[in-house]
Amino acid sequence: MTLSRRDFVAMLLGAPMAMACGRQRPAPLPDGELLTPGKAGGHRLRDATVGDVRVPDDRWLTTDVVVIGGGVAGLSAAWWLDRAGVRDLRVLELDRVPGGTAQAGASEVTPYPWGAHYVVTPLRHHRAMLALLEEMGALAGADEHGEPVVAEDLRVRELEERVFYLGRWYEGQYLQAGATAADRDQLARFRAEIDRWVGWRDGAGRRAFTLPASAASVDAAVTALDRISFAAWLGERGLDSSRLRWLCDYACRDDFGLLAADTSAWAGLAYFASRVARPGAEHQSVITWPDGNGAIVAHFTGRLGDRVLVDHAVADVRIADTLVEVIAHTPDGVRGVRARRAIVAVPGFIARRVVAPLRTGARPAHTVDRGAWAVANLHLDRRLRTRVGDAPLAWDNVLHDSPSLGYVVATHQRGREHGPTVLTWYYPFTGDGAAARKDLDGATREDWAEVALADLSRAHPDFRDRCRRVDVAYWGHGMPRPRVGAVFDPALAAARAPLGPIHMASSELSAVALFEEALDHGVRAADEVLAT
Amino acid sequence: MRPLPATLLYVNVVVVATCGLVYELLAATMGSYLLGDSVLQFSLVIGLYLSAMGVGAWVSRHVGGNLARRFIDVELAVALVGGLSAPILFLAFAEVQRFQVILLGFVFAIGALVGLELPLLMRILQNEVAFKDLVSRVLSLDYAGALLASILFPLVFVPELGLLRTSLVIGLGNALVGLWGTWLLADQIGRVTSLRIRAGAVIAILGVGLLFSTRLTTWSENRLYADEIVYAKTSPYQRIVVTRSPSGFQLFLNGNLQFASADEYRYHEALVHPAMVAATAAGHAPRRVLILGGGDGLAAREVLAHPSVEAVTLVDLDPAMTALARRFPPLAALNRQALSDPRLTVVNDDAMVWLRTSPGNWNVAIVDFPDPNGFGLGKLYTRNFYQLLAARLTPEGAIAVQATSPLFARKSFWCIVRTIRASGFTVAPYHVAVPSFGVWGFVLARRAAFSPPTTAPNVALRFLDGEAMAAMFRFPADMAEVDVEINQLDDQMLVRYYESEWRRWQ
Repeated sequence: MTLSRRDFVAMLLGAPMAMACGRQRPAPLPDGELLTPGKAGGHRLRDATVGDVRVPDDRWLTTDVVVIGGGVAGLSAAWWLDRAGVRDLRVLELDRVPGGTAQAGASEVTPYPWGAHYVVTPLRHHRAMLALLEEMGALAGADEHGEPVVAEDLRVRELEERVFYLGRWYEGQYLQAGATAADRDQLARFRAEIDRWVGWRDGAGRRAFTLPASAASVDAAVTALDRISFAAWLGERGLDSSRLRWLCDYACRDDFGLLAADTSAWAGLAYFASRVARPGAEHQSVITWPDGNGAIVAHFTGRLGDRVLVDHAVADVRIADTLVEVIAHTPDGVRGVRARRAIVAVPGFIARRVVAPLRTGARPAHTVDRGAWAVANLHLDRRLRTRVGDAPLAWDNVLHDSPSLGYVVATHQRGREHGPTVLTWYYPFTGDGAAARKDLDGATREDWAEVALADLSRAHPDFRDRCRRVDVAYWGHGMPRPRVGAVFDPALAAARAPLGPIHMASSELSAVALFEEALDHGVRAADEVLAT
Repeated sequence: MRPLPATLLYVNVVVVATCGLVYELLAATMGSYLLGDSVLQFSLVIGLYLSAMGVGAWVSRHVGGNLARRFIDVELAVALVGGLSAPILFLAFAEVQRFQVILLGFVFAIGALVGLELPLLMRILQNEVAFKDLVSRVLSLDYAGALLASILFPLVFVPELGLLRTSLVIGLGNALVGLWGTWLLADQIGRVTSLRIRAGAVIAILGVGLLFSTRLTTWSENRLYADEIVYAKTSPYQRIVVTRSPSGFQLFLNGNLQFASADEYRYHEALVHPAMVAATAAGHAPRRVLILGGGDGLAAREVLAHPSVEAVTLVDLDPAMTALARRFPPLAALNRQALSDPRLTVVNDDAMVWLRTSPGNWNVAIVDFPDPNGFGLGKLYTRNFYQLLAARLTPEGAIAVQATSPLFARKSFWCIVRTIRASGFTVAPYHVAVPSFGVWGFVLARRAAFSPPTTAPNVALRFLDGEAMAAMFRFPADMAEVDVEINQLDDQMLVRYYESEWRRWQ
């Protein structure tokens, strides 16, 4: 890293911010640490030669099904198998803790997320999600339309979101304050378009957009949307209100790590239309926990117990006669797993290196562009000041004029409005993934902490006084991104097919990094295994 | 030596007289505000003040040396003691047992210093003016100053500045006149530097006091409240203010009236006893009672009046509030030392967070939170909250919930009623007239079906009898049920109803 901290802030937040933080050089940064999940093990594998690694006879383990990757897709697959009675299974996770981008941390005050932090109340057709929520005791019946209702205390409490703009906080995400009649008209037209898609059904009665994507229509009218960008789709309809464009850009940055100009229109519309049950309805209730989706990970691992093996860097997945052999590096040496079936639940850029048939070209490997993210957990000793007339602290707090996504509040669901808390701040790199990683891989915890503090101090003048600790996670290959053409790429569909006894599961196979997609691919792969 | 500018010294006489009387009035007012019995307080303060002046005058003959220096010194001492008297009394009131002693101590000290001042001034001027003229002018100006003070104090100082700032501002004026005197009397004083430094120090102390006083009560706050503020504290959770009016005390949290001592018995008898009677009717007289909110201890007073009660847990977010209810003399007297009762346990925590992990088996729960004017309070009126509470009641258990005004905030009131009903309770809404609040609403609820009580409990009450009990449960047309949504954590309709309804009345 050759950039100075000020240059780093300038790169991430713009030059004026760097000037501001240079002028009033603040007190020393609070303590904290940098997490780079999977990075060391992953890079070790990248640089290692996958040759003839000898595994001693006593280092072999035999199981019925081995799952490679302990993120949400892999854990979902193992969970679904376990539910179906397949107890003889193992999950191999590269990192020291399972969960992937749904990992969570904890302080004395509260648990908090390190990445994904919510799911959406499923519609009744999403059986796997309902089964999961049922198991977690999260369901509270059905509404008058027969759609599931989630327990009141798991639905995001008021206030759900607020936005900071020119010195004030406003309720909601769309900036109503100062909107002109033309702005409001465009918002209404946009909502009408979304409602049209919410109500749309193909010949088989399938929705255009729903979760998971595999349950949605593949009618030409729908797949055509993948060939243009979301921004172009808006442009074709004359939707150029800066407030509406901001909302659409924010949606794409939030869910995909992209700007609307680079996002498939299918994905952009899916963000808005897949979470609404009927035209005119409110969006489905958002479900969250203090530790974000870490609560679901904990549920999975609680059920799977010691069958989840961490610190297992899988170097090779190969077919040997009728079995699958998996070679993994662990802190206490190399280890082999023989299984009847394997489920590979790792990103494509790893799968192409470790899965022998992909490595040797038996089938062209397919990878999806992945974006880099930084997440900071900022520990406050007490609450920030609120100005009279400002919207109160919400769960999701968005900074209108920042490239960051703002922050969520870990204690929001517990209902303590006073005292210490932890804020989780998100920064997606919307540009080219590889270029971003080149610039960012060497950044220190202090660099990131300075960016987060500079960003948040704009909205909270007392932020640095309240902040006692800043921990940072850097996700270099954070999540797959649905660029134009990525969602209905024929190569993506082909990549879902099993390679003999090796089954494929990863949220990347939907090109969209949502919990629901990872669950869907995990469950699909598990069902494939159960069918054999 | 040039002749003294006698006219200017006479101005000094007026100022000294005015300031002295203002301090006296301040002490008498604070005494009657805080301790009540204004006849006794004014009598004591005036008598002690005048006799202290006599002591000062008597002592003055032992004062010799440079009279001009002594005069300025005394004037600065009056400024310092008098100027700080009201802030010190204000701070002492909530913390100190022997408040009356401190109050009278201040009165005596100020009186003695003022009593010392006039004889010294007359001795300074005795060579300048004929004796008969001197006596006549000084005494007439002294009495004129007293008149000025007694007019300005109630009409200008207290309404504009409040007691604290009146004290500090008058002290400052007093000290500035003292400083000015070092020029008037420069020839007689000789070396003035040390005297001016002392004057500067007194002015600085009072100035800092004036700045600090805005941390006790802000300028705007004095105008906000109709009556004089006698206690104010900002806790991490809220702004607590107690005011004193001729009819008694009022408690405000974040500017919202919580009770007025004159009529709070109507509110608290109505809040507590219907649930106690309903639980008794359903099984046995309540033994275990939970109070959520109600840090003022007034609901606890009503609960503890029932001899069957063995254990009360009171959960209030703010330790500053429960400490005030335990220690602040007028409030502790009003709640009959409820918070020091051995049967009662105080828990300072968020009621919802506490309820989640708390044991149950309550026979009665009294729910007395501030009105739902934000999401933080609104969550304490949600279905989820009432469901948590329901799970912690015995089968015959009853709850009573304060539910804002069914007249001013009709939708809000019925939203609370419906939310409690949707949480698995049978409800019996009721209302009572509390003059300070207007018509106020409550909800009595049990998990089993029941009829509203028609008898009063067998404890001494001022308002509630059998007829009043039955009348509370009848709703006239202008408060009848309206069609509203229920209040849920993720959709706090109540907060939105409340905001729109109370905005109309402001």
